[in-house]
Amino acid sequence: MRLLISVTLKKGVLDPQGLAIKNSLSSLGFDNINTVKQGKIMEINIQETNPQKAKAQAKQMCERLLANTVIEEYMIELKQ
Amino acid sequence: MKAAVIIFPGSNCDRDLTVAFKKVTGKKVSIIWHKDAIIPKDIDIIGIPGGFSYGDYLRSGAIAAKSPICQALMGFANAGGYILGICNGFQILTETKILPGTLMRNRELKYICRDTELIIENNNTAFTHGYQKKQRITLPIAHHDGNYFADDETLNYLYDNNSVALTYVNNPNGSVKNIAGILSKNKRVLGMMPHPERLNDSQLGGTDGALIFGALDTMFS
Repeated sequence: MRLLISVTLKKGVLDPQGLAIKNSLSSLGFDNINTVKQGKIMEINIQETNPQKAKAQAKQMCERLLANTVIEEYMIELKQ
Repeated sequence: MKAAVIIFPGSNCDRDLTVAFKKVTGKKVSIIWHKDAIIPKDIDIIGIPGGFSYGDYLRSGAIAAKSPICQALMGFANAGGYILGICNGFQILTETKILPGTLMRNRELKYICRDTELIIENNNTAFTHGYQKKQRITLPIAHHDGNYFADDETLNYLYDNNSVALTYVNNPNGSVKNIAGILSKNKRVLGMMPHPERLNDSQLGGTDGALIFGALDTMFS
């Protein structure tokens, strides 16, 4: 089973990289952008066939290592 | 005072920190490797040096915080041990949650390496009693992720407990409340982004950092 985990800054936390990207996109003419958030994606191949168990494990991984929950939030996607 | 310095793969200020401890104690400084799981019994203070532990992969200090020695370090902190974490060492202390908050990418996204003026906010600690309260000192900074962030609740906690140790005069990196260094509740753990070990000898251009090591040594002598 494949886990796709994305980690981004929480709402309200200043994201200077997202801001820089937004400004650069504006300079290319994309002037209708409200916000840009930059984050990380981790693709994890896991030996687990039970989707619930895989998701529970992924949550543990995020809480313990992959995300710093002081400033970051995470999203877990399951791919078969 | 018996000092120890932890070395991670990618640490690069470990020798400077070792020299700084040795200069005041005159004693051999213990070197602890990141794979060690035990801290020697007779250690009074542990220094966590700057650098790029584990290449700063994932987040600065995140991988180091899960290494075997950091499990022991958490036990050492809980037992009331003294810890000085500088730069990457500060990042590791927040990632282990020994200190609250976190260090984010600098506001201007640039790596900053220069002398900065600082204010001593709390001089009633083992680390800072060599300074006057509100004294201005100069220490170098050298970091990409030094933008201290904590939520309002944590900031209130820090101020209520007198746990803000140092602030910047001119905020270089976007740190909330200009915070450059913080203390644990019991004031025995100091995490700071500036490098006192780099301004520890007149031949290095100044001695503003030397007072931290001197203050520690008098505590244990």
